[in-house]
Amino acid sequence: MADFLPILPFFIVAILTLITRGWLRAVIMLATPFIAAYGLYNLEIGHTYTFTLMGFEMTPIRIDKLSMLFGYLFCIAALLGNIYALYHKDTLQHFAAQAYAGSAIGAVLAGDMLTLFIYWELMALTSSVLIFARRTEASFHAGIRYLVTQIISGLLLLAGIIIYYQSVGNLDFNFIGLDAPGGWLIFLAFGIKSAFPLLHNWLTDAYPEATVSGTVFLSSFTTKVAVYALARSYAGTDIMIYIGAVMAFFPIYYAVIENDLRRVLTYSLINQVGFMIVGIGIGTELALNGAVGHAFADVIFKGLLMMSMGAVLYATGEMRGSELGGLYKRMPKTTTFAIIGAASISAFPLFSGFVTKSMIVSAVLMEGYYGVWLILLFAAAGVFHHAGIKIPYFAFFAHDSKYIKTAKEAPNPMLWAMAISSALCIAIGVFPEAFYAMMPWPMEYSPYDATHILAQLQLLFFSALAFVWLQLAGIYPPELKSVNIDAEWIYRKLFPKVIYSVGNVCASLYTKVELKAERLLQSTQATATEIFGAQGFLANSRSLGGMVMWVAVLLFSSLFLYYLL
Amino acid sequence: MNNKKHLFDNPKNVKLLIRILYVTCFVLFAMDLVIHRHTVHPWESFTGFYAIYGFLACVILVLLARELRKLVMRDEDYYDHKEMDDRRER
Repeated sequence: MADFLPILPFFIVAILTLITRGWLRAVIMLATPFIAAYGLYNLEIGHTYTFTLMGFEMTPIRIDKLSMLFGYLFCIAALLGNIYALYHKDTLQHFAAQAYAGSAIGAVLAGDMLTLFIYWELMALTSSVLIFARRTEASFHAGIRYLVTQIISGLLLLAGIIIYYQSVGNLDFNFIGLDAPGGWLIFLAFGIKSAFPLLHNWLTDAYPEATVSGTVFLSSFTTKVAVYALARSYAGTDIMIYIGAVMAFFPIYYAVIENDLRRVLTYSLINQVGFMIVGIGIGTELALNGAVGHAFADVIFKGLLMMSMGAVLYATGEMRGSELGGLYKRMPKTTTFAIIGAASISAFPLFSGFVTKSMIVSAVLMEGYYGVWLILLFAAAGVFHHAGIKIPYFAFFAHDSKYIKTAKEAPNPMLWAMAISSALCIAIGVFPEAFYAMMPWPMEYSPYDATHILAQLQLLFFSALAFVWLQLAGIYPPELKSVNIDAEWIYRKLFPKVIYSVGNVCASLYTKVELKAERLLQSTQATATEIFGAQGFLANSRSLGGMVMWVAVLLFSSLFLYYLL
Repeated sequence: MNNKKHLFDNPKNVKLLIRILYVTCFVLFAMDLVIHRHTVHPWESFTGFYAIYGFLACVILVLLARELRKLVMRDEDYYDHKEMDDRRER
């Protein structure tokens, strides 16, 4: 039983949220992550729990440094999310969030792929509730699209697992690689969840439509579980270096022109995951530590940024940059926390992003991928531009919006969650040695030397200079009410169009066929009436003589046939 | 509503902030001449490489994003399924 202490409390509390309310629910929601973390603390590295089910060797619990790190990370994320979510009393969301966190921890502790698959699907289901819980028409449609994508990912995973099992003969979740049977299917399943290029739109589509606190949970778990899964099973896969570079590079353009500020953050989420994917693709110890370390830091600073934007959404009911601005006057605390989150994601020295992202960039440089290195540098400057400056600037500064008359500072639970997240961002940035000691692979690395600090500061401050110059010169694209077409256009516009035009053709064909059939029926009916009707040929009365003659003809022909044969 | 003057309502403060940024940039660039950075790639040893790269990256990013906007920007209700709704009404 103690084996499941990191997972089960979340599911139990999920059910308890249905029958508790008020402070009691708040207490159990806050206690759960601590209980889970304590359960994790009591399990030793190398511990596994196995049993046999229908001939399959199942390992629902496998503790090593990698799964341990993610387990603790998700406990922290659940705690921060739960504190934040205390501002509302929506039972549905509280229920879903606990089950979602439990599934995420279950997924990273899973030692076999069947268990992984089960938690993978549970995550899909529970997380989609956080989107539906917004209870708008847009969120309903986005939620359905989200769920479909997640289920497809799950099915690909299952198909891959079946093929893998048939030729390898076990379900152990360790290194798989692309050459393994079913390897590509599993890779694709993980790829969908980590928002690989062209498979990424479920994220930018659904997360901004989720509830205020739902987005905080969503941005913490799903993509990070995928990063964990890739780090475990596809480390050192060359193609991921280039996939990651594309992910780091392209979304920043969309982030610059996107109007919905939470959607800007989803594009920057993809960009950050891109860095992690590059790290996993490089596959050296430093790069892998960089990837999982950056995932750790990202959960906290991206969560913090999502929280601050959620606070703005809660205070104003508005998330479009074109409609916001000047809120620092009414929400000074939220503004401060957002700036700390922005500094962390931009990798300012003394903030968390710096000590994690620099591991990946250093590893890329050491392994001699110079083209990728230049792209990552470009992307790092771009992150500062769109997440570091744009998010705080358009929400809290820029021009005064109408909301500065009515907006209020975020409620206390939100402020507490943001304060703790901010403290963690700074703590990781200031004490990197303690953080590095938790890393799964051994390494010698120090981010704080003159070279790194100077290079990073130059990169960031001259990016800021570029922003100021572009703003003053009026070149910077203003926030406009708009949507931008992305790969989702294929299934949100092209597919419906194709389906509807095919539908139209079919409908007109069907009408034609229907008409023809109706005419045919009518003419058949007319003919039948002519022959069989009351006035028809067969209804004529016949004379007795005639009948006798026909009987004679029949008898004669049968006699004749009998004689012949 | 309170009519309190806020930090950036005064244009002087905005100017001051921008000046601080200019000075910081200048100092950081100058430090490149003083501090010797450990370099792996030959471009890195080029004086002010990171500063120039950061500046150019952002300018290029924004200019390309402006062009991208011409290609991909649509009305806010672009994905609201008008055709389907019309069909349903018919």
